[in-house]
Amino acid sequence: MVAADENQAPPNKRFSNRVAKRRVSMGQYIRWSVLFLGGILMVMPIIYMLSTSLKWPHEIYDVSLIPKEPHLENYVYVLEDGRFYGWFTNSLIIALITTLSNVLFDSLVGYTLCKFRFPGRYIVFIAILSTLMIPTEMLVIPWYLMSQSFGWLDTHWGIMFPGLMTAFGTFLMKQFFETVPDDFIEAARIDGLNELQIWWTVAMPLVKPALAALAIFVFLGNWTAFIWPLIVTNSWDMYTLPVGLSTFADEADVAWELVMTGAAISTIPTLVVFLIFQRFIIRGVVMAGLKG
Amino acid sequence: MSNLKLGELVKTYGQTEVLHSIDLGIQDGEFVVLVGPSGCGKSTTLRLIAGLEEITSGTIEIGGRVVNNLEPKDRDIAMVFQNYAIYPHMTVRKNIGFGLRSARMSRADKNKRIDEIADILGMTDLLERRPNQLSGGQRQRVAIGRAMVRDPAVFLFDEPLSNLDAQLRTQMRLEIKKLHQRVGATIVFVTHDQVEAMTMADRIVIMKDGYIQQVGTPSEVYHSPANTFVASFIGSPAMNMIPATIVDGQIHIEGGSIIELKTSISGERKVTLGIRPEDLEPTDGPALIRGSVNVREPLGHETLIHVGTVHGDIIAKADGRTPPELGGCVNLRAQAQNIHIFDPENGAALR
Repeated sequence: MVAADENQAPPNKRFSNRVAKRRVSMGQYIRWSVLFLGGILMVMPIIYMLSTSLKWPHEIYDVSLIPKEPHLENYVYVLEDGRFYGWFTNSLIIALITTLSNVLFDSLVGYTLCKFRFPGRYIVFIAILSTLMIPTEMLVIPWYLMSQSFGWLDTHWGIMFPGLMTAFGTFLMKQFFETVPDDFIEAARIDGLNELQIWWTVAMPLVKPALAALAIFVFLGNWTAFIWPLIVTNSWDMYTLPVGLSTFADEADVAWELVMTGAAISTIPTLVVFLIFQRFIIRGVVMAGLKG
Repeated sequence: MSNLKLGELVKTYGQTEVLHSIDLGIQDGEFVVLVGPSGCGKSTTLRLIAGLEEITSGTIEIGGRVVNNLEPKDRDIAMVFQNYAIYPHMTVRKNIGFGLRSARMSRADKNKRIDEIADILGMTDLLERRPNQLSGGQRQRVAIGRAMVRDPAVFLFDEPLSNLDAQLRTQMRLEIKKLHQRVGATIVFVTHDQVEAMTMADRIVIMKDGYIQQVGTPSEVYHSPANTFVASFIGSPAMNMIPATIVDGQIHIEGGSIIELKTSISGERKVTLGIRPEDLEPTDGPALIRGSVNVREPLGHETLIHVGTVHGDIIAKADGRTPPELGGCVNLRAQAQNIHIFDPENGAALR
């Protein structure tokens, strides 16, 4: 009898254990499912892009994610098309220069607004912030008129100039410079550095995460910019990548497989930038969040 | 010569005058501590000397040269900040060498100078570390090293020890004092801690509300405070203040006895008596004042007793081994020469 009792007890225990385990895993299961669905939602367009880039033209309206006869002809076509390199180079030049310019000038202005007390400082800051409230679509006309009168239409300069400095970047940098204690700056001043040296050797290294985050934001923004480059450029050789890719669509038909191929190739630099700076951007976003 | 002279120094922010005609002369090699409660203008004075703030009127002379309109870097000063202000992205060597950036020296000479400083501060092993690998005391030493490296005429310290824990503070206090004896530089040191002021200073400048209250050696400000503010600010626990009347050289305290006093005060006059806790002790004889023991604070070699009297709580010092009973009645006495007399109206010392 004793032996039987002992035999019975363990299965009960095991059973209750299993129930408890199942309850825990149910909760996790739901959480993971939601995350998984979210993940799928994010990745789907990219998978669809890659899949379409491997399809033949007659397949592209087929919803299947797996191409029936996968091939790389689209890549060969796009890469052999001389125009693609021109667009790629244009985009790269514009994204790099605007990134550099933003990192430099946004931080200069942000630093000045943050660390110097001068009359009108608050008004200047408000004026810069208020430009954030104007949508790009509204700015396009004055930009265009400016470009026209300065003769910048259909030039790299014309594409770049509106993005060389951004209100957002200035604001971001100003907020980050708030975290640099004034003592650092005053100590450097006593040590004989001029204001530009203080900005460069003392303040800038202390806001590296913010600079990296800003660099990524600006690079991605300019790499994928479409409306303004479309408006300001006229000739094939001045197109940026997104504008160039859109020309694969004409009135009669859209060569989706080529558009998707170009898009797939164009994500490579953004991926590279992101992989290099991602540890900074995550820290930067977290810090930006903390700063409010 | 690296003496320092402040002449009728005034600073206003908008309509508010925060420093009122500060006059102060500091000798070459002197260690002067500016001390006072928050908002007394001590840090502002230091920042004016450094050139980090513009003066409203008056003059600042360093080594006989008026520096009013000179940039901080041209004033031949170095400053150590409360939160050290050492750069987290640079090694200790680079931090110490930072002040030499604009100096016209060869790299070898600069390194030699940095090594010398590191040796004085006992940091030779730490030169390649970054600030986040250092303790608070070590960071403060780096900050001091950075100030020393340029060999300035005047060192300015802005509450450099207030971020350290009590033990480290005591240690750094000693180190800074030793450093001063070794280097012999002129030092202006700002603190709100009167113990720091007493232990380190050659002379103490006590400030309140933008006015200098008294300038003197630690002994002078302790034993002959110029007014009730200085009397209660310097010394811990603070000096007891007791209202009394002087009639023809005799002190009359309500609830106490009459004491003979050598004083020039003639006739009858209301005064405030100031007696330090250590000068007040229980006695079996006639009492200056009496009351009951409310609180006892044993400190080992002595016990502080808080005695409730008709004039409020008074702190006195009793023997550490046989302190009076809690709740018991005690008579307190003081030597006549240890009693300070102040004007009850303006607080100024009368004797």
